[in-house]
Amino acid sequence: MAEFINLALLALLALTALRIIFLKDLFSVVMLFGIYSFLSASIFLNLDAVDVAFTEASVGAGISTVLMLGTLALTGRKEKASKHSSCLPLVVVCVTGAVLIYGTLDMPPFGDPNNPAHQHVAPRYIEESLKEVGLPNMVTSVLASYRGFDTLGEVVVVFAAAIGVLSLLGIRRQKDELVADTGLKEHRVLHVIAKLIIPLIILFALYVQFHGDFGPGGGFQAGVIAAAAFILYTLVFGLKRTFVVVSPKFLAWMASIGVLVYACVGLFSMFKGGQFLDYNQLAADPIAGQHYGIIIIELGVGITVFAAMLSIFYAFESQVERSNVQ
Amino acid sequence: MLEQHLAILPIILPLIAAPIAFLLGRSSLSWGFSTLISAGAFFSAIQLLVVTLSTGVVSYAVGDWPPPWGIELRADLANAFVLLVVSGISTLVLLFAKESVEKEIDPSLHSHYYTAHLLCLAGLCGILLTGDAFNLFVFLEVSSLSIYTMISLSSDRRCLTAAFRYLIMGTVGATFILIGVGLLYMKTGTLNMLDLAGRIDLYDSSRTINTGLAFIMVGVSIKLALFPLHMWLPAAYTHAPSAVTAFLAATATKVAVYVMIRFIFTIFGTDHVFLEMRMDIPLMVFAVLAIFKCSYMATVQSNVKTVLAYSSIAQIGYMILGVSLVSVAGLMAGIIHIFNHALMKGALFMAVGAVFYRIGSVDVNAFSGLGKHMPLTMAAFTIAGLSIIGVPLTVGFVSKWYLISAALEQNNWLIAALVLIGSLLAVIYIGRILEAAYFKKLPDTVDPNNVKEVSWLMLGPMWVLVLANIYFGVDTSMTTEVASKASQWLFHHENSQASADIINTLVSAKEVAK
Amino acid sequence: MSFVLDYYNYWVVVFLMMTGFYIVISANNLVKKIVGLNIFQTSVFMLYITVGKVSGGTAPIVTEGVSLYSNPLPHVLILTAIVVGVATTALGLSLVVRIKRAYGTVEENEFENKDDAI
Repeated sequence: MAEFINLALLALLALTALRIIFLKDLFSVVMLFGIYSFLSASIFLNLDAVDVAFTEASVGAGISTVLMLGTLALTGRKEKASKHSSCLPLVVVCVTGAVLIYGTLDMPPFGDPNNPAHQHVAPRYIEESLKEVGLPNMVTSVLASYRGFDTLGEVVVVFAAAIGVLSLLGIRRQKDELVADTGLKEHRVLHVIAKLIIPLIILFALYVQFHGDFGPGGGFQAGVIAAAAFILYTLVFGLKRTFVVVSPKFLAWMASIGVLVYACVGLFSMFKGGQFLDYNQLAADPIAGQHYGIIIIELGVGITVFAAMLSIFYAFESQVERSNVQ
Repeated sequence: MLEQHLAILPIILPLIAAPIAFLLGRSSLSWGFSTLISAGAFFSAIQLLVVTLSTGVVSYAVGDWPPPWGIELRADLANAFVLLVVSGISTLVLLFAKESVEKEIDPSLHSHYYTAHLLCLAGLCGILLTGDAFNLFVFLEVSSLSIYTMISLSSDRRCLTAAFRYLIMGTVGATFILIGVGLLYMKTGTLNMLDLAGRIDLYDSSRTINTGLAFIMVGVSIKLALFPLHMWLPAAYTHAPSAVTAFLAATATKVAVYVMIRFIFTIFGTDHVFLEMRMDIPLMVFAVLAIFKCSYMATVQSNVKTVLAYSSIAQIGYMILGVSLVSVAGLMAGIIHIFNHALMKGALFMAVGAVFYRIGSVDVNAFSGLGKHMPLTMAAFTIAGLSIIGVPLTVGFVSKWYLISAALEQNNWLIAALVLIGSLLAVIYIGRILEAAYFKKLPDTVDPNNVKEVSWLMLGPMWVLVLANIYFGVDTSMTTEVASKASQWLFHHENSQASADIINTLVSAKEVAK
Repeated sequence: MSFVLDYYNYWVVVFLMMTGFYIVISANNLVKKIVGLNIFQTSVFMLYITVGKVSGGTAPIVTEGVSLYSNPLPHVLILTAIVVGVATTALGLSLVVRIKRAYGTVEENEFENKDDAI
């Protein structure tokens, strides 16, 4: 049954991707991309990657699609016909694809538990992580503790993207007289439903943040979901109202503080005499130390991701509102 | 206490400083803070080089998890040397940047510039020091994203398309590296570089591993701008702010060359890459094509920054040529050119930045008459230019000397001749600019009173690099010792079953201890 | 037949990768290039997750009564890679917005004509 679902999802994905190549209407392209991302999340779920499915759905089908739509609002819906011949790209793609298929020919068979990928490094994570780190969710143990340095790099990537977008677009605060109260004023139903759903979304984000140790979840997903709540609020009620609640300056501080919180956990371990990001030093009992370390760094991750995603959205949205006013 | 953490300091100092620099807001505060942090990273790099010269390898297990379950940082001679270059150039460029940036970047974006610069430095140091293949990808993206940001800070609109093209090509390259690492993981089950080296040995000519190697090589080639995947570089270097170009030209592509060296020699091993897959042939061909095509392109450009950009691609060709000779001498020539080229191009781009600061243009004609009105800047340009050509007593000569002797060692007269012909082309493109500076008069449109020397804050770092050009060209002992030891180390510690045995011993010791 | 069953997952993923790659290199519109880049990256993620799957295993969260788990390491790597991907997308899209403002168009063949090509 699982194989059949897999096959069906993969076929749908291939069809979606093919359709995107030939479509000229960019709005449809972005919508198909959202579908592609959601189908990928389903495939990840089918392949037992629950954390990954969660992240792909929220980040890929969520944030990426929102940003692309924001860009389309500024750049236009239609792609013009290209005058380049598509011969060279086709040749390059065929050669690359052929090399990859050649590479697949002696790959280990799909799903075999004796594959080299599942020997040597992974067994310790599966068998020992509950004893060494103390969390049921092995992905969180590896992400936050064993390979915590990678996650620090990831948080820095998010921060770097926020810096980049802010330097390119900036968040323009309009003078009050010039801006009409934007937002979807006429749609009563949206107002009511948004007001009902937004607190639930924020609550869910907090749940995902703290429950990431025991089930799928963690800082990234939580940050994105919390940002989604505020994005929904902005779309329905307008930027001006949202700035009152969460101002851009506050977000800049939060993004920076999140990274600093993460790095300071590492520094604190160093001061206690251990290596950077050695959580065993954080408390008398190593397992308690692991728990403290993971909770604090996940908080740092959640804060930075929330602030960065929302700042990026503010930057795009303020451009859109500016051009609408003009 | 800090000595124990020497391997991680160059990464976490700029990493922690970046958000702080962003919050500091005001331009001069951000600048001062960033320069201090970069200097701190430089001093750690010096210490690290000293330690690796005596002990060989410094290993640091982040989080105290032993590799391959945790992430390991490994400093040996090769990356400690490049780290020295990167952090040193970063500090000098930051000193230079204060005034250059005031002229070229909007004041509200200055703190963004310094933050991005620190993030880039952290990313580059991370790439250099990491011993884990996936960690390399993460830090590669940290540095790449901050580079795209820095390039787009200029007020010239062409920097936007240059940054976008670099973003697309760079991300494709990084994704290829990701595919390669994934294929390697599929076959070996590990991500740690030494561990990979030991396990790849077990699989003779596995198609998956060879495909992984091919994808990693192509991905890294995009990042280091190896011909024909170099198309992003000329526009990016030309339209970025001067301080950004000076930093990038001296560091970003060199770090990518290091990544290629690391993958070839430490992870896959020369037998696999050069004897089985015969990758020395395409590398050599593309390197030679890079040298000729791009030196030629440099001779016909009218924008001096574009001339130097094409010259950089040609110089990278020299480095890859050294690697493709598959000998200790060839690799040594490549490594020493990483150091020397950073000194040359850093000085050249700083001089061009100074000219832009005064004149507002970097067309070849804009250099007319500057020999008289900006003597120190043009003298710096001249000496660094002579170094690119390869005149004796400069570092450029040292690199060419070692490259030619490595070629002759293999009786490869053709390559030696090609290197010399490349230098002739350099005479043309450098000569054009010097001719304008010394033999032409100031254009009538320019007011002579505005054209004077730039301040010492800009001249100082420039001349530090120029004097280093001459010093290391005359007294080559330090650079040749480090480069040749690094080269020997890379050749003799590659891909050994011994490293896998060490890790297996660690594993069984841990099991016994339980 | 079993050969095909073992490998078709990989082949479809390769096909998806190449579709995304084709869109990146052939699309004229910059936004579509970014969409293609995302498709390319998402397919690479699928490759990693396919490697991590263990037949008969379940999600890598310690549960009573379960003895076979899928490999958590590729999941961790892809979590990082997804975030890196969206960061690149955000930066790329903001560059597109600025290009539109500076050049008035986001079709590659149109703004190449407006500047001296380098």
